[in-house]
Amino acid sequence: MSTNTENFEKLVKKEYEHGFVTDIDADTIPPGLSEEIITFISNKKEEPQWLLDWRLKAYRQWLKMKDPTWAKLDIEHIDYQAISYYSAPKSKEDAPKSLDEVDPKLLETYQKLGIPLDEQKMLSGVAVDAVFDSVSVATTFKQKLADAGVIFCSFSEAVKEHPDLVKQYLGSVVPAADNFFAALNSAVFTDGSFCYIPKGVRCPMELSTYFRINASNTGQFERTLIIADEESHVSYLEGCTAPMRDENQLHAAVVELVALKDAEIKYSTVQNWYPGDENGVGGIYNFVTKRGDCRGDNSKISWTQVETGSAITWKYPSCLLKGNNSIGEFYSVAVTNNYQQADTGTKMIHIGNNTSSTIISKGISARHAQNVYRGLVKISKNANGARNYSQCDSLLMGDQCGAHTFPYIETKNSNAKVEHEATTSKISDDQLFYCLQRGIAEEDAINMIVNGFCKEVFKELPMEFAVEAQKLLGVTLEGAVG
Amino acid sequence: MLNIKDLYTAVENKKILEGLNLSVNAGEVHAIMGPNGSGKSTLANILAGKDGYQVTQGSVTYEDKNLLELSPEERARKGVFLAFQYPVEIPGVNNIYLLKAALNAIRKHKSEPELDAMEFMSLVKEKMKLVQMNEDLLTRSVNEGFSGGEKKRNEVFQMAILEPKLAILDETDSGLDIDALKIVAEGVNSLRNKERAFILVTHYQRLLNYIKPDYVHVLSKGKIIKSGGPELAIELEEKGYDWIH
Ligand SMILES: Nc1ncnc2c1ncn2[C@@H]1O[C@H](COP(=O)(O)OP(=O)(O)OP(=O)(O)O)[C@@H](O)[C@H]1O
Ligand SMILES: [Mg+2]
Repeated sequence: MSTNTENFEKLVKKEYEHGFVTDIDADTIPPGLSEEIITFISNKKEEPQWLLDWRLKAYRQWLKMKDPTWAKLDIEHIDYQAISYYSAPKSKEDAPKSLDEVDPKLLETYQKLGIPLDEQKMLSGVAVDAVFDSVSVATTFKQKLADAGVIFCSFSEAVKEHPDLVKQYLGSVVPAADNFFAALNSAVFTDGSFCYIPKGVRCPMELSTYFRINASNTGQFERTLIIADEESHVSYLEGCTAPMRDENQLHAAVVELVALKDAEIKYSTVQNWYPGDENGVGGIYNFVTKRGDCRGDNSKISWTQVETGSAITWKYPSCLLKGNNSIGEFYSVAVTNNYQQADTGTKMIHIGNNTSSTIISKGISARHAQNVYRGLVKISKNANGARNYSQCDSLLMGDQCGAHTFPYIETKNSNAKVEHEATTSKISDDQLFYCLQRGIAEEDAINMIVNGFCKEVFKELPMEFAVEAQKLLGVTLEGAVG
Repeated sequence: MLNIKDLYTAVENKKILEGLNLSVNAGEVHAIMGPNGSGKSTLANILAGKDGYQVTQGSVTYEDKNLLELSPEERARKGVFLAFQYPVEIPGVNNIYLLKAALNAIRKHKSEPELDAMEFMSLVKEKMKLVQMNEDLLTRSVNEGFSGGEKKRNEVFQMAILEPKLAILDETDSGLDIDALKIVAEGVNSLRNKERAFILVTHYQRLLNYIKPDYVHVLSKGKIIKSGGPELAIELEEKGYDWIH
């Protein structure tokens, strides 16, 4: 038996499980970005003038901005004129009113992904909104949610049915020109999910969105807006996949969360976009802006993410802790294998009194992959009694990969309590040998140890998601050991 | 069952075992004593298949097969068990989860059906009594934050569940209080039968008051320099190792 380090280096290819392409008649506009294209998208979606104006304003600001270069990422130049900004399955032209009208091929696609859209067959009690390329194709359990007063629909539908809510909250957490990718998204976003939980309502089921990129040469620019009114509670799950393609595809989403007084939002992501092949060819560029606004007193926003896919991940789900006693949490597992790169972390901005935040980040890298934690904890001058606890652990598999931790702390209030802990470790030979000596196969042993490393994060996920996350972790790292 | 012939090994070019011979039959209990650094743990690790040791000469057969050719997990599945001198901590991995995975891997190898959660739990309940394991250790992470004695007890508990054919206990008695020592010894005694063999590595004759060995060997500078019955351990306790040459 060779040493473990050598074992880790043995390359074994693992096919991307969700790498099929759905052959569907799609309505895709030619590549390119201009005011005309944006106007076309807006018209296509029959949007009100204010929204078109908002998009165009974002676009004009975007033109003046530059790709961010501060992240520790090696990004090939992206030609924004070579991307098509709108792709919809054709049948959407006549907008399906119910699931019966949804193209059966689409339903099949989602079934392959393990997402049953067919309400009759739904057992899990999770309401799903599925976004396929640029448009939302179906939202399940609509009636049951409506009975509780919960609004859960595609973003396009929200613009039509609940324009006041959209107008009030859109861009209120992530301003249109917040950063390069957020500005791009604001200009060209095509669909996404919208959710409003009224005052005092505990959402009766988990809400879920499934994103899938299917068409080639398209970008996916979805926008999610979740508003939890006073004393309400919601748990939201987001999952993503894409087919295997040689070229890189861009995914630049924006997620905005608003928690009013005493409200709580739990947002969980399992991101499994196509990571590229083992030589680093292809894969999704996942550049996402996610931010939650704890606007009311005693509100709480909790981000949990398991990032196993994408060629490049660039995202920092953040919390603005404005309300007094508000709480922000960030639990993250980021796994990179082969040539994957991840630069991810969070920002916790303490503004209100007695605000507290917790950051638990677990980065795993194998082979040539690079994994960066980048986090900011900022305590404003008037935030009395603020507390933060951060823990960033990195696990290396093999000796050609890297883990880097950049915790930035800015404290303008002297009575803040900020704690940071960081560790970097390898799966030790002793741990592995202990498992092997008990008869456990090497691959299972590695899985067990890695899952153990991620446990603090996985326990934050809803049950079904935790199981999926563990499976994904296994798949992503399969072959990282010989 | 186990036949070690003229074994020479090195770690990073440092010679450790130098011409070791040992033969263990089913049903026997062998105690191995010897000064610190004489190679006792090295022997245990080589038998279990740990990485990083070069065997430069000699052979080890186990049930008439070349043991050194087997991977560690194959050895474990064929009944070789090592209770570690320093059991490692594995954060986040449930103690009992690891044990269930281990047991089922071994059962699968023997073409026995895997145990379901219920069957496994009743086995656990039964074996826990044997070593009087504290119940909360079951669901904690493997060895994490366990006291020295709890770690050793956990090793014996695992052995009781996995029911190996050849159990190697590397200083399982070190760090145990008197009561724990008795409990662990009783655990071992209850597992003694004519199919199962034990190799007990120990520094203290005391353990051998509770577990009567068939043979006692003295390992020094990489080889066995003296073998005898239980009385040898008593003699060693009195005189130390220096008198043997
Ligand atoms: N990985 C290693 N690298 C270098 N030297 C080693 C290594 N492993 C063991 N040794 C050396 O080999 C010798 C035998 O070690 P071993 O652990 O087998 O002793 P032991 O008889 O079990 O001692 P103790 O009674 O203290 O447990 C010691 O001198 C030790 O330092
Ligand atoms: Mg030793």
